[in-house]
Amino acid sequence: MIPALIVFAYLALVVYIGVFAFRRRGGAQSAEEYFLASRSLGPAVFLLSLFGTNMTAFAILGSSGHAFNNGIVTFGLMASSSGMIIPLTIYLMGTRLWALGKRHGFMTPVQLFRDRWECSHIGTVIFAVQAALLVPYIVIGVMGGGTTLQAVSGGLVPFWLGGAVVAMVVMSYVFFGGMRGTAWVNTFQTVLFLVFGAVAVAVIAHGMGGFRQAAEAMLASPATAPLMTRERFSPLQFFSYTFVPLSAMAFPHMAIFCLTARRMSQFKRTVTLYPLCIAAIWLPCVFLGVMANRASDVPAIRAKQEARRTLATQGPTLAPEARDDLREKMAGDDVLLLLLHRYAPLWLAGLLGAGIMAAVMASDSQILALSTMFTEDVFTHYGGTARFGEHVQVQTGRAFVVAVTLFAYVVAMNAPENIFELAIQYALSGYASLSPLLIAALFWRRSTRWGALAVALWTALAVAATAVFQAGVPAPAPGRSVVALAAGGIDIVTRTPGGTAVLGFMPVVPMVLISAALMVAVSLMTRGPGSATLARYFTPAVEPPRQ
Amino acid sequence: MKSRHILLTLAVIALYVLHQDIWFWRTARPLVLGFLPIGLFYHACFSVAAALLLGALVKYAWPGHLDDEGDDEPEKR
Repeated sequence: MIPALIVFAYLALVVYIGVFAFRRRGGAQSAEEYFLASRSLGPAVFLLSLFGTNMTAFAILGSSGHAFNNGIVTFGLMASSSGMIIPLTIYLMGTRLWALGKRHGFMTPVQLFRDRWECSHIGTVIFAVQAALLVPYIVIGVMGGGTTLQAVSGGLVPFWLGGAVVAMVVMSYVFFGGMRGTAWVNTFQTVLFLVFGAVAVAVIAHGMGGFRQAAEAMLASPATAPLMTRERFSPLQFFSYTFVPLSAMAFPHMAIFCLTARRMSQFKRTVTLYPLCIAAIWLPCVFLGVMANRASDVPAIRAKQEARRTLATQGPTLAPEARDDLREKMAGDDVLLLLLHRYAPLWLAGLLGAGIMAAVMASDSQILALSTMFTEDVFTHYGGTARFGEHVQVQTGRAFVVAVTLFAYVVAMNAPENIFELAIQYALSGYASLSPLLIAALFWRRSTRWGALAVALWTALAVAATAVFQAGVPAPAPGRSVVALAAGGIDIVTRTPGGTAVLGFMPVVPMVLISAALMVAVSLMTRGPGSATLARYFTPAVEPPRQ
Repeated sequence: MKSRHILLTLAVIALYVLHQDIWFWRTARPLVLGFLPIGLFYHACFSVAAALLLGALVKYAWPGHLDDEGDDEPEKR
């Protein structure tokens, strides 16, 4: 119970920081202060909170859980590719978004799209697709909170209560603190996690008798040796994952966060240090997730390994429901916490649990982003602010925060998927598919609103089709696949144990490529914005001299 | 396009290609520091290389003109 008490004390501190510590005194909050912290965040807060915003339950619990069952491949799949591509997109697109936001007063990406492509309802369609894809990410935060509190308390705090407590804490400081409170909480949490992550590695290494011995033992066992290589993953799947980080700047919370910087020079440190921050968090999480396979004296870990072994050896003869049941049992989202519970003293396990909780609670930015989008892209756009005033706009945003949190909690309590799969299959792939929107808006003069509509509709269709396909065709046993569509002797669409493959690639690859092709083709067939609008976004092209 | 920008673009493409390290696909050894599989160590080094390249982009190809644009008086929405 001691670790749980420490975590509860930590949660109280987070609420204090988010609600009271940095609150500006006097008068009602303006919309720009509540949603964007008046575009005034300083360099350190901007770096740490932007990074913390992107480090979620998915990064911490999902990565160690994925590594537990798949091995070291997890780091190359998501961390090192993200470490290159995310800061590259911040450098190319985040800086331009910041400049346009400051110049034209944008607070959301949809405001940019509406103005850039001279459209109204198409912007609403894009808002709807963005919002639908953001909700799973918020659900992940609630699930992560439930998992963490349950594990840290040794089961005394049930999953439903843990999820409820985390949801309430996040909702409180987002409701009262807005962007400024959220940014400071994220900064505090990122520092906490970076410090405690290093302590966790040292403590678990000591408890396991040193990693050298554990690594040699892993390699000596035929069951665990493949986890130290990438032999169970195909290079095509590995390549596919490099498309996933394209989702980063398409996520509204990331794009909106780019608008909070005081000066553009603040992006410099963020862009440069981002790969190192990602490595500092993911490397220990992935390595500890792999090493958790040596902790078979922990009953819960042994049960996961037995489920994995049963699925591998008897999978083909089992019913699909039995395979799904085994997959749920072998899910490793809580292995990091189980290791802490096993190897760290009680008080330290509490502190480390608080550190993990810090990352789990990154759903705050998504909730705030959804609220900002609703109030700006729907309420204000359709006349709400003009009619009722800015104060009502902020209150509407707060009411939306409550509604979204409650909805996410209900979904989290009923969602069977594990954290990693949920994030990859729905939110990340969908946002990667939306990335041509921002790229075209910022860099391609000829892009049109109809091209943007095609991208948004295609993304919605592709995500829905993938979900329906995977719900309709049960996942096969490990090492096998079910061909759903083939032509000329080539397997086009297959159901794999981990999801879906299209010509051997993950769905995210065709989703992004088709999305980009639609933007180009439909834009070339339709009429673009007027020259006055283009002049506000692009410097005029130099006319070639006439012969 | 300046030659410096071309070089940096090529460096970005080269680093992306180096991410697909099929050469350490099926081997864990040598274990760096006695416990880190070579495939994992390679990608940790890749992260450091990415930071260096992004540092070079910031230093030699920073879109400073945007900073001036952002300082313009914002339009009323």
